[in-house]
Amino acid sequence: MSGVFGESLREFWPFVVLMLVGFLPNEIWRVLGLVLAHGLDEESEMVVVARAVATALITGVVAKLIVFSTGALGAMPFSLRVGAALGGFLAFVLAKRSVFAGVATGEALLLIGGYFASF
Amino acid sequence: MAGLKEFSNQPAAFRAGARSAWTSVFALVLAGTYVGLGALAHDFGFSPWWLAASTIVVWAAPAQVILLSTLANGSTLIEAAIAVTLSAIRLFPMVVALLPLLRGATKNRRALWLPTHFTAISMWVESLRLLPGIALPFRIAFCNGLGLAYMAVAFAFGFVGFYLAAGLPVLLAAALLFLTPMSFITSTARNSRAVSDKVAFVAGIVLGPLLAWYQVGLDLMWTGIMGGALAYGAHRLRRVAMETAP
Repeated sequence: MSGVFGESLREFWPFVVLMLVGFLPNEIWRVLGLVLAHGLDEESEMVVVARAVATALITGVVAKLIVFSTGALGAMPFSLRVGAALGGFLAFVLAKRSVFAGVATGEALLLIGGYFASF
Repeated sequence: MAGLKEFSNQPAAFRAGARSAWTSVFALVLAGTYVGLGALAHDFGFSPWWLAASTIVVWAAPAQVILLSTLANGSTLIEAAIAVTLSAIRLFPMVVALLPLLRGATKNRRALWLPTHFTAISMWVESLRLLPGIALPFRIAFCNGLGLAYMAVAFAFGFVGFYLAAGLPVLLAAALLFLTPMSFITSTARNSRAVSDKVAFVAGIVLGPLLAWYQVGLDLMWTGIMGGALAYGAHRLRRVAMETAP
């Protein structure tokens, strides 16, 4: 592949990937909802399973972000990343399931720990 | 019907939707989430415009996190697509629950495409809460205002996160990158009310890193399927226990 066409293909390839791997597999479920939106019980088994699969996937992927961190977060010690996440979660529970309290505490622990770890 | 909010015209309803989005707590949550996603995109070597485009066409933060991390980890495109689609099944019942509030507002089926695309957790929660109080002919415009305003917040703050991560010292950049896992763990825990959700929450945290550590192929897909199966098992057990209880 060469010339103008090759250049523009290289430039647009990431956006082609985005449409194929991001847009289509995601949007299909919205479109199905629009097309088949009749008589699905909110408490149906299908809803329970769909929510559970999505929950396991997202906690799985963010747990991986903490355990196998790259870049700047990867420069922090493993024990600090896990400790800050656990501390943040504990604060979330203690503060009556406040997301803000959890995130603020986790961030504070990471910053304080990272500051001292760098000495 | 009496008591339902009316507007002088459709643009006024659209603007009211946008206003209620920008003044809700979700705008703040989205800003924080997309600052984290922007930092993640920078860390993984994506362009900020790619992230912005994904915000518009995917419009689901969990799917975007999955997309960024699977593509950055060198997973195949099929693996990434499977993980994204498994995370997106939950959008199906959300659209199904939203549409009855909008149907009857128009005979034009195509007018429902935009609210369908805007369906994501923030817009959905606010729509289900606010739409019943709005007169039927104005609901679609209100809904679109809500969705577009949330999307604009996400779009803008993705850039903020990207350029902050690019310019900040390591410790602060690490704190930005930590925003995504920390906020998703707590907000997912907050949404996990049923036993099945709690089982899936723990299963994901354990299985995600474990399967990746043992380099199991399609690790995220198996995390979703095994977590979902365990959660469904817990759901059935609980129902049986409740039915047999005296």
